[in-house]
Amino acid sequence: MTFDLFVLPFFIGLLFMLAVLFIKYSRWIAMMKASDRIKAGMALFSISCQLKTIREIFMESLLHRKMFKRNPLLGYMHMSFAFGWFLLIVMGNLESRIYSGGHINPPYYPIFLKFFIHDKRVLPFEIFTLPGFFRFTMDLLLLYVLSGLVLALFKRTRSKCFGLKQTTNHKRFDRWALTSLWLIFPMRLLAESFTAGIYRGGGFLTNTLGSIFDLMLPLEYLTYPAWWAYSTMLGIFFVTLPWSRFMHIPTEIILIFLRNAGIKQGKYPGSFSEIELRSCPRCGVCIDVCQMNQAGLKGSTAVYFIRSLRDKETNVQLSSNCMMCGRCLEACPVGIDTLGLRVGARSVDNKLVASDFSYLLKKPVVEKTAEVVYFAGCMGHLTPGVIRAMLLIFKNAGIDYTFLDEEGSVCCGRPLKLAGLQESAAKLVKENTTKILDTKAKIIVTSCPICYKVFNSDYKLDEIEVMHHSVYINNLVNDGKLVLRPMDLKAVYHDPCELGRGSGIYDQPRNVLKQIAEVADVTEERVNSLCCGGSIGEISMNATQRNMIRDGALEILCVSQPEILVTACPLCKKTFDSGNAVLVKDIAEIVAESMILVNKDNIGVEMETQKKVEYISG
Amino acid sequence: MGKHIVVIGAGPAGLETSACLVKLGFNVTLVEKEETTGGHLKKWHALFPALLSGHEALETIQKRLNSSVKIQSATDIISVEAVNDYFTVTGHNGWQAKADALILTTGFQLFDARRKEEYGYGIYENVITSADLEELFASGKPMVNSHGNKPERIGFVHCVGSRDEKVNNLHCSKVCCITAVKQAIEVKQMLPDAEVFCFYMDLRMFGRHYEELYKEAQEKYNIQFIRGRLSESTEDQVGNIIVKVEDTLLGKPLRIKTGLLVLMVGMEPAAKTKSLIRQLGLKQVPDGFIQPVDEVLLSNGTEIPGLFVAGACSGPKSLADTIADARSAAMAVADFLKK
Amino acid sequence: MIKKVINFGYAVTPDRQIDFDANIHDICKIVAVAEPTLNLCISCGSCAATCSAALFTDFSLRQVILLVRRGETKGLEKEISKCMLCGKCQLVCPRNVSTRNLIIQISKALTTARP
Repeated sequence: MTFDLFVLPFFIGLLFMLAVLFIKYSRWIAMMKASDRIKAGMALFSISCQLKTIREIFMESLLHRKMFKRNPLLGYMHMSFAFGWFLLIVMGNLESRIYSGGHINPPYYPIFLKFFIHDKRVLPFEIFTLPGFFRFTMDLLLLYVLSGLVLALFKRTRSKCFGLKQTTNHKRFDRWALTSLWLIFPMRLLAESFTAGIYRGGGFLTNTLGSIFDLMLPLEYLTYPAWWAYSTMLGIFFVTLPWSRFMHIPTEIILIFLRNAGIKQGKYPGSFSEIELRSCPRCGVCIDVCQMNQAGLKGSTAVYFIRSLRDKETNVQLSSNCMMCGRCLEACPVGIDTLGLRVGARSVDNKLVASDFSYLLKKPVVEKTAEVVYFAGCMGHLTPGVIRAMLLIFKNAGIDYTFLDEEGSVCCGRPLKLAGLQESAAKLVKENTTKILDTKAKIIVTSCPICYKVFNSDYKLDEIEVMHHSVYINNLVNDGKLVLRPMDLKAVYHDPCELGRGSGIYDQPRNVLKQIAEVADVTEERVNSLCCGGSIGEISMNATQRNMIRDGALEILCVSQPEILVTACPLCKKTFDSGNAVLVKDIAEIVAESMILVNKDNIGVEMETQKKVEYISG
Repeated sequence: MGKHIVVIGAGPAGLETSACLVKLGFNVTLVEKEETTGGHLKKWHALFPALLSGHEALETIQKRLNSSVKIQSATDIISVEAVNDYFTVTGHNGWQAKADALILTTGFQLFDARRKEEYGYGIYENVITSADLEELFASGKPMVNSHGNKPERIGFVHCVGSRDEKVNNLHCSKVCCITAVKQAIEVKQMLPDAEVFCFYMDLRMFGRHYEELYKEAQEKYNIQFIRGRLSESTEDQVGNIIVKVEDTLLGKPLRIKTGLLVLMVGMEPAAKTKSLIRQLGLKQVPDGFIQPVDEVLLSNGTEIPGLFVAGACSGPKSLADTIADARSAAMAVADFLKK
Repeated sequence: MIKKVINFGYAVTPDRQIDFDANIHDICKIVAVAEPTLNLCISCGSCAATCSAALFTDFSLRQVILLVRRGETKGLEKEISKCMLCGKCQLVCPRNVSTRNLIIQISKALTTARP
């Protein structure tokens, strides 16, 4: 016989879940932009895309490679559930074929195989026979998953051992779903062990346990209820899945496929955002890395923000409180575009914010054309030390340059973009693009990473090469146009969010700085660098909260007790400077101090050696 | 009486309080980290509101000092310990003393204007501080800009490093407004043909004769007062400083070129003041100055018996306030030691 | 209370004074809750001095805040829409007013109250 009533909770649950998933996914795919659907369609027929997707699913969704990198114990725990359960299903299917003569079985058959088949044969060299191998492997896999379950329970009380100081505070519904998941495998163990206790058809684990249970418990009465319990747990898990955190299991696979097909989040929320929202497993890894913890704003971290969007419990504070630093994006094992989701939410929240830039209709006039255009940006004008340094560098290297926004200019547009006001930003982009193109320059150099990022992403600058000043300076040094002399200084370098994680520039500023000063390492740098707190992406935090974040970052940056903190962003510079913990300079400033003056007549001002200033008194 | 009092800091407050205590018959040691006494008053040319000579005022205060006051100069105090009913004071050079009462007159330090980068101090040659200007007055040298020419227009910027959360100094430094008016007048006296502008948020003319000096500045010297706080300054090709301010009373942004820009830097607690607060476990207050037991009724006492404060270390003060505060501290100490 | 203008059959020239009691102060109340640092502004003018939009227009955040406080919000939607949200004002404000959020909240309040 291959049917019993007890399989119904599982079977009905499974069918229900598949139906719901089908409806939801079809709806989202139907609502996707036409261009995205074409991309997805093409990817379906692309072998390389398929292979890439399968590889990523295997490495991340099953083996949880990124989790392992974060903490081996955490990685093992997640892997045991995912990979273990996956193998149980696959191996179970194969095992069931032995007994059914290779026919296709109903889906519940392999799951509840040990109920239907009691293979009592005692096989010599068991593990080398097919049924024996499967018996052994299935029990081993069950043990594997159960080991993960033990770790999961342990994590409830000692999350620090898993590298997590804080874990997600789950909603009640999620806790019920989690409980059902946790009970599946113990129930399977009990059901199979009880059956093995009576019929002796199990593997090394279930047979042993079965014999022990047989001595103590009335197995004839317990076995059938155990199978019911197993089926019911599975049923509950499936029925709750589309609305619980475990929706990430099927949705993640869709997300990986779409991502590999080249689909990204748009400027406004859409289908892809919906899919991303449901790919979040709420693992909580983003909580520890979020610096808003230091400002007492733990509730705004990515996991809770995403949850609120999905559960339609939107709260303006949750979307506006984010420094857009990207640390959560970096840490996320699923690679969810948390920044895009925040900007999308802000575009909804800030719909009512009016912008009228008709005052820009007048055609901007450009005075001078040159090879190199320098753009200081809004923030740059509040750090005149950086501007002066850049102008000295240009003059010393004999560069034909024009200072485009010397008298101030229209903002680059990125602050508006980060606030979700895409259309308004586009108007500023247009104005500045015209001005930049009119200079007929070959290179545009900016000392602000915020401007740098938007020049690359949104500005159509034809042949003009966009460079951040740290990269430009690095090139000048490599080309021999600037010669730096070493200074006796202990320094640390801070990667600005928009330059580091935002634009992938980590090495060039360091190359330059290392030729001048002794650069000490920082525990959180490069992709893990800390946000200064100044963030133009943050909207509603008050100064006290920002200062807490700034001070937390300064503490870590100054562990090696450097004499100077070097950064490459005017906003970071001003923010860290106000912290009054260490001397802060921009990379351009330190280069200007250390460079050997070649074109002295070009430089009108005599350069004095900068005296080191002690800001900390007492 | 035999009781020994140590006064830390030989600025006007320390000098005056020592002079009073010695007259009351106590044994006083006045410690000073520099070679000479006088503190910031040494560098001040003329005092508001009557433009009296700072040098003469200092001489007067120093003359009041009886020769029986022991002056321990060039001694930087590195530790103060309260032990039972006396204090042990140790200097960096190994000097040590036991005191039955201790008066802190460690005073203030001026805000480092380089911290306000957007104003350009240390970046543009023609941006100086009020202290730099006062030194120039005292030196008797002519007032010239970086090119050696007489500036045609001089600007004064009020509230630099005061009333500013961005540099963590929310407090008002009290005396900079009247100092700006005084210095503006002095500049006009030096350069009668120059135009002088003061950029302020508020004009705090609280003291006696202050409002009259302000009126004189307008009436006699044609000094222009513009209500607007500088956001930043820039430099033109020849080194003039271009000021960016909103003329708030007119409601329009204003651009004005100055040959010289003077930043009225505020008062912060001196480094020694801050370190002593930490060392002695005194109450820490946001503005960083020493918090007396009761600012109105017991403005010289602290929560540590026998430890007293006088002068700018307990908050920004004018010279007149400081002298009065120093004398009242002497009375408070005498009262304490009588018991 | 809104003063009722009696129709005499000819136009009465309105005076220039700010009639504080006649003005409706809803915007100020809404914004003060959404962004409490509204109350910290001392109208020093640093924001307006550094403003990027001030290079091209009459926009002055200092003035906008004062007008909101006095209840003189007629036509303010047009003014506040000139802001580019560049953030220079927030960086120079001596009272740590969260100017960018303030602008967003004022803009939202005006658009909601006067659709």
